[in-house]
Amino acid sequence: MADFLLHVNGREFHVRGFADESLLFALRNRLNLTGTKYGCGEGQCGACTVLLNGKATHSCLTSLSSAVGAQITTIEGLERHEVLTPVQEAFLEEGAYQCGYCTPGMILSATALLRELPHPTDEQIVEHMNGNVCRCGTYPRIIAAIHRAAAAAGKGASL
Amino acid sequence: MNAFDELMNEARQQQTDPPARGFRLDRREFLKTLGGGLLVCLGPVGEFAQESGRRWQEHELPTELSAWIHIGADGQVKVFTGKVEVGQNIRTSLAQLVAEELRTPFDSIAMVMGDTDLTPWDMGTFGSRTTPTMGPQLRNMASAARDVLVKTAAARWNAEASTLTAADGKVTNPHTRESLTYGELTRGEELVENVPNDPPLTPAADWKIAGTPMRKVNGRDFVTGKHRYPSDIVRPEMLFGKVLRPQGFHASLTSVDTAEAEKVPTAKIVRDGDFIGVVADDLHSAEQALAAIHANWTVPPQSSNAELFATLKKGSTSEESRPEFASGSVPQAYAASDVKLDQHYTVQYIAHTPLEPRAAVAEWSGDKLTVWTGTQRPFAVRDELCEAFHLPAKQVRVIQPDMGSGYGGKHTGEAAVEAARLAKAAGKPVKVIWTREEEFTWAYFRPAAYIEVRSGTRRDGTMASWEFHNYNSGSAAIQTLYNVPNQLIQFHSSDSPLRQGSYRSLAAAANHFAREVHMSEIAFALGLDSLQFRLKNLTDPRLRAVFEAAADKFRWGRSRPEEEHGFGVAGGFDKGDYVAACVEVEVTPEKKIKLVRVVEAWECGAIVNPDGLRNQVMGACVQAIGGAMFEAIQFKDGRILNPHLAEYRVPRFSDIPEIEVVLIDRKDLPSSGAGETGLVALAPAISNAVFSATGVRLRSMPMAPPRAIPGDEPPRFQS
Repeated sequence: MADFLLHVNGREFHVRGFADESLLFALRNRLNLTGTKYGCGEGQCGACTVLLNGKATHSCLTSLSSAVGAQITTIEGLERHEVLTPVQEAFLEEGAYQCGYCTPGMILSATALLRELPHPTDEQIVEHMNGNVCRCGTYPRIIAAIHRAAAAAGKGASL
Repeated sequence: MNAFDELMNEARQQQTDPPARGFRLDRREFLKTLGGGLLVCLGPVGEFAQESGRRWQEHELPTELSAWIHIGADGQVKVFTGKVEVGQNIRTSLAQLVAEELRTPFDSIAMVMGDTDLTPWDMGTFGSRTTPTMGPQLRNMASAARDVLVKTAAARWNAEASTLTAADGKVTNPHTRESLTYGELTRGEELVENVPNDPPLTPAADWKIAGTPMRKVNGRDFVTGKHRYPSDIVRPEMLFGKVLRPQGFHASLTSVDTAEAEKVPTAKIVRDGDFIGVVADDLHSAEQALAAIHANWTVPPQSSNAELFATLKKGSTSEESRPEFASGSVPQAYAASDVKLDQHYTVQYIAHTPLEPRAAVAEWSGDKLTVWTGTQRPFAVRDELCEAFHLPAKQVRVIQPDMGSGYGGKHTGEAAVEAARLAKAAGKPVKVIWTREEEFTWAYFRPAAYIEVRSGTRRDGTMASWEFHNYNSGSAAIQTLYNVPNQLIQFHSSDSPLRQGSYRSLAAAANHFAREVHMSEIAFALGLDSLQFRLKNLTDPRLRAVFEAAADKFRWGRSRPEEEHGFGVAGGFDKGDYVAACVEVEVTPEKKIKLVRVVEAWECGAIVNPDGLRNQVMGACVQAIGGAMFEAIQFKDGRILNPHLAEYRVPRFSDIPEIEVVLIDRKDLPSSGAGETGLVALAPAISNAVFSATGVRLRSMPMAPPRAIPGDEPPRFQS
């Protein structure tokens, strides 16, 4: 066991853990940030997606030691002063979930997409989001939510 | 069938354990814990009351399907029900129904669900039964509560109750313009009211809160990550547990060496016969210790996909089967028919793959056990725990936080029992979360199916005989709604090589696949349009209506845009729901089936929440794509060969066509549940569309698996 300095949601955390444990487990079990979900442990479902220096990343395949020095954003870090980001707001408006278990990963993947491509086409959304699984099958609503968020961000709302 | 028999029939198909005696809180005591107010309890009603005392599988059945409504001094309404929220959105839709009948704002309702200490006994959340059974009960109770509130106000004002109105959480006297909020009326009171019989309910045509689109009630908690799923529960001093899995099904442990595992810091090995588990301070250490256990197992030889359908076709060695339905004389009518078809259809095992795997946190406090877990049947899981630890029901509490879905796959309490076992040994709370591989291997599967259909039809398109045999997958929606005078319909149980259980829509998906593909085969043999052939043999107005609505929106009957495009139609009925789908596919020169467009028309009586319903029907279409096109469990010698998402393909963004859902709102009819039947029409409609594009008839699900499945024909198409 060793100490690792993580930058999560704009704050510094000294995390005691194992170098090779996953960032997913460190976030969930050592920092109690349980919004990031375990779905498969092999980078196939996207439930564990976080932003690492702004890039959508599978936290289940990222080791704790390799996350040191990176700016990590989890679902808990999006809301500021009770104001939701346009992507969160759009998921609410479109009702783009059923059980909601995939939602944090979906929102973070979509956030990364919109920061890179402010007005994605359907094809670009599908390509970018294809690593995120929604077993309840709300994909059409998620695509609608991403378009809605893109429109809101275009009017100045901060992603 | 009366309501009681229906429920029992449903329970049998769900392969649930029998219900145990429901224990009841003393209602006066319960009301005191809530700080007084008004508590409305549902008394025995209707057919269930008459059935009280009936026994099933050695258990006394509960005499009531219960729920409680409490109105506190702050006007807040708490609804207590043993139903659980798994993504189907009943936390919202049930609250709409209560708000409607109670005449109170929607946001004054809080649902307390799936907690065996707080809510009345409930058999479980399955079979699309919440809306048709719990819905009317809550409406009854809310209506009775409103009546009590109005009478209480009338007594205070010395007014005639019939002259008062209830609206927006208050009772008002229109003459004096006095009003009292519900909170003011219940303050300081300790009212317990039983609902005696069916009070008048607000007709759906007059609904103002029910019947309107309502977003998920606590949606904000889901987009911010605040909601705590079962796997997110944390308790003080909690340890993490793992369980050693055998190397195959029906394996026995021959030797085990835990010396190396015991050296992992903080890890402790728990051994109880063939059960070997690990607890540690953190999950990483628990995983390390588990991996360090060296165990040898003897796995007996077992069958594989290659022998699956021959095995199923043999039928059960222990259970006899009888026809579900028989009329006329099938052999004679078949012999006299102009067009005779004799075909079989197969369906592979598939996995529910809920994104949140089984999870539980167990905590012992003396001899009292509390378990937070994801289950569709918290009271059945409580019974499992009582049995496992020889405890009376009152010493076990199961709490079900809204979970990461189930689709029929979380009826059982494996993780709960494991966590409780480890927690007992460790003397501290323990969390167990199954890995995806464990979920793919040690949960249960949707039953595989072998289905034979023999039909006889006259040259004019009139159906004469229909023989239908389902081996193994079940009897749900096994009957045909088409008019056929001579029928023999039978479900044959088989000795399933894999552990199987309920799955969203049960066997209705397999039975509709066989029936609706076969219907199009008959139409083709006769040279008739497959929609017209169906309508010619169909009088049920509700099923006709969804076929016509789907065809209208799809513009059925127009010519195909390109040679490689095909159209298909299918429809059916189950659990009070009527559904029809029209599908357009494109089959590329590389033989890839691309879904282009789906129109699904749907009718389930009066719609409670159009937004939630649309989401359910759309989601069912998407989920159906998996079983139709590519999902299949591959197994051999007691092992699952593809227990990972990398090898078991589920529908993704790139698989989704344009999907339009057409809802028919029948406000004149009771609401039925919509969680399942949306799944059943898609696969046969896709098969029929592929035939229209290519002339190739696909009779096996999945229709375009990523790799060959032993025992199935090699895949002719990709997806």
